[in-house]
Amino acid sequence: MQRYLLTRLLLVVPTLLSVAVLIFVLVRVVPGDIVELRMVLGGSYVTPQVLAAERARLGLDRPLWAQFSAWMTGIARGDLGLSMWSGEPVAKEIALRLELSLQLAVMATVIATAIAIPLGTVAAVYRGRWPDHLVQVFSVAGLAVPSFWLGILIILFLLSVFQYLPPLTFTSLWENPRANLAQLIWPALAVGYRYSAVATRMTRSALLEVLREDYIRTAWAKGLERRTILRRHALRNALMPVVTVIGLEFAFLIGGLVVTEQVFNLNGIGKLIVDAIAQRDYTLIQGLLLLVATAYVLVNFLTDLLYAWIDPRVAYQ
Amino acid sequence: MRTERISRVRWGTAAAGLVAIVALLAPPAPVDAQQPRRGGTLSYAVSALPPSFDAHRETTFAMIHPIRPHYNLLVKFDLQNYPKVVPDLAESWTTSRDGLTWTFKLRQGVKFHDGSTLTSRDVKASFDKIIFPPEGVVSARQAIYQGVRAVEAPDPQTVVFRLKWPVPSFLEKLASPFNWIYKADILARDPRWYERNVMGTGPFRFVEYVRGARWVGRRNEDYFERGKPYLDGYTALFIGSRSALIAALKSGQVLIEFRGVSPAERDDIVRTLGPRVTVQEQPWLCNLIVALNTRRKPFDDARVRRALTLAVDRWSGSRALSQIAFVGPVGAVMRPGSEFAMPEAELVRLAGYGRDIAQVRAQARALLREAGVPDGFSFTLKNRDVQMPYEPVGVFLVDQWRQVGLNVQHVQQETAKYLADMRAGDYEASVDFACDFIDDPDVQLAKFVSSDVNPLNYGGYIDRQLDLLYVQQSRTADRARRLEIVRRFERRLLDEQAYVMYALWWQRIIPHWRTLQGYKTTTNHYVEPDLAEYWLAEGSQ
Repeated sequence: MQRYLLTRLLLVVPTLLSVAVLIFVLVRVVPGDIVELRMVLGGSYVTPQVLAAERARLGLDRPLWAQFSAWMTGIARGDLGLSMWSGEPVAKEIALRLELSLQLAVMATVIATAIAIPLGTVAAVYRGRWPDHLVQVFSVAGLAVPSFWLGILIILFLLSVFQYLPPLTFTSLWENPRANLAQLIWPALAVGYRYSAVATRMTRSALLEVLREDYIRTAWAKGLERRTILRRHALRNALMPVVTVIGLEFAFLIGGLVVTEQVFNLNGIGKLIVDAIAQRDYTLIQGLLLLVATAYVLVNFLTDLLYAWIDPRVAYQ
Repeated sequence: MRTERISRVRWGTAAAGLVAIVALLAPPAPVDAQQPRRGGTLSYAVSALPPSFDAHRETTFAMIHPIRPHYNLLVKFDLQNYPKVVPDLAESWTTSRDGLTWTFKLRQGVKFHDGSTLTSRDVKASFDKIIFPPEGVVSARQAIYQGVRAVEAPDPQTVVFRLKWPVPSFLEKLASPFNWIYKADILARDPRWYERNVMGTGPFRFVEYVRGARWVGRRNEDYFERGKPYLDGYTALFIGSRSALIAALKSGQVLIEFRGVSPAERDDIVRTLGPRVTVQEQPWLCNLIVALNTRRKPFDDARVRRALTLAVDRWSGSRALSQIAFVGPVGAVMRPGSEFAMPEAELVRLAGYGRDIAQVRAQARALLREAGVPDGFSFTLKNRDVQMPYEPVGVFLVDQWRQVGLNVQHVQQETAKYLADMRAGDYEASVDFACDFIDDPDVQLAKFVSSDVNPLNYGGYIDRQLDLLYVQQSRTADRARRLEIVRRFERRLLDEQAYVMYALWWQRIIPHWRTLQGYKTTTNHYVEPDLAEYWLAEGSQ
């Protein structure tokens, strides 16, 4: 088990290094110039000397290998550098948004799991009957409706019926739970619904597979209670693909809720990524994409650990 | 039956509970008031983030709107009578007979937020940073003060500007909303300190900035204008998404956004809020133009360029597009309605401004025949992928050109790529835009002098006649004579050579809650807000 963990951990290093190289190259291949965007776009006459001085200040006049080497050296020291747009440390910019994004991801995951596991189970158990059809309608609708669109509908409903809009600024859960939940519950519902649709379908299909297994038939033959068969024997074994889906979705939520964050004006990681790309803020883009890559790697790692916990045979393999 | 009844009761209870929760969280209804009153916190929206906190180096409203209330200017625009210039830190000024010396007397006893007293040294240090920035310091408006020889501070209450030549619009240029007065001692220690810190003399002191979320200020109790500001404080909420911004306005979480909304957004807000909202509209000192790349064929031929501008029916375009986009006024280089604007009788004589569109388009086709492209040609119009107002205007232009046989592809690009292509000359025709704080010809014409003089001329043409006219108008103190030169510049630029085409000017639409009092919209979104002048009606928060 320890060797398994160690191997998985060691694999993280080359993965992230490759991602870092890829990110660095990709952001520089895309056309656009942060200095011109910031100083020239509005039509102000800024002399070429001023533009050159600004590029030099940001280190953009240095060769690419020197810029990459400076970035890597910084990362080795735990320093992601300064945002080229705001001048603030990249780590600070990310930290400011991470709490919101993480909380939203956790809330959406909790909502999705709370909906998906029972509904998926009901659908599998009542396969082909009306509860199954109802769940299918619910989950297909969830897949078809984009989260941001559902978010807009929620906002319009709250506004037109109750003249109410969720708070527009983030308050930490630890500071004021009521204000925090008043803001985040709506996007969490919008995101959680789509997320639950994916997980419901996965739960249903995985459970249907398992319910056809011989050992389930044996359990029925032994006269075990339906609840025991489902919980102890069927559901646990059906959870592996569900955990994979939940893990991937969770990692996606850290930086992928771009439009939903815009709709609810959430100051999250997704919005920051889009802003950074639009502004060609190289250091911030690099830091953010590295964060997202790290989130995926870590979630995959944790998912692997969960596999081993759900099915001990995985650890021995 | 019983289940159904219980279910109804439960649903009813749940709905009542939800209504109660929402009622608790919802803002109270506003009440109108007329007289200035103290108290309350104004919340308003800002649709972009400030890159830094230093106005001398930035060009965006996103920095002005949240941070300007912490600072004063030497002189400022009177927002009730824009573009009249009134005292701010200066209480009076005189100019020498030859127009080469401007002397400003400062107010007594103005305090910075750290308690120190403002003197002419601070004003001199601030303008030195703007006009003669030290190495490593960026000043975005250095170029518009080329006529300044020196800034002097002969005594603590006097500031003197010595000019190289008489600059007719010098006072208006000094009133730039970006010319914040900083503290000399801080600038001497670190000229870049203000990029990430705030410390001025303004009506509001800095409280907090949560990046990407909000900027908060509270009343400066030591403000030099007695009784002002009226507000206890303000919160600027950063709301990037249009739908979230409109929802915030409709819900009352913000009372105003100082940049502007589209006609559809205005109608939506008015429909929702009814008498609780008021709408102010004003021709906007922003425009959409079409840059034609004169380095590429056939745009190097003035006949082709004239045909392109002749093909566009601006008058009917204005009527139609003003229903769906914040554009409308038809004009030449100087904003319609401004003191330098070309009168309509003269405007209709320029290529592309004629009222008889059939006749004008016949001229366009004739010019294309003369230029050797009788069957028209194909080209690409590049544009920003920003919906309002770029997209509808781009679509309109393409339609207009097709009516004289031109085959135009409309390519919308992400802003960074769009700008990179414009700067590199990698385009045939491109929608371009300009916004500013002042109607002065120095500022409005500068973009169109030869490309080797101003790289913002994306058309790439060299025209020494335009350069000469620009310099002449800039150094002509007599207003009538100056206006005549400006007219010659406009005729050469838009008609004789047709280097660029003015599509339409923007129309500024500002809906705001009636609870916000004292606000009057102006021609641009840079000189606002002046929060010291605003108050909230009684009964509002």
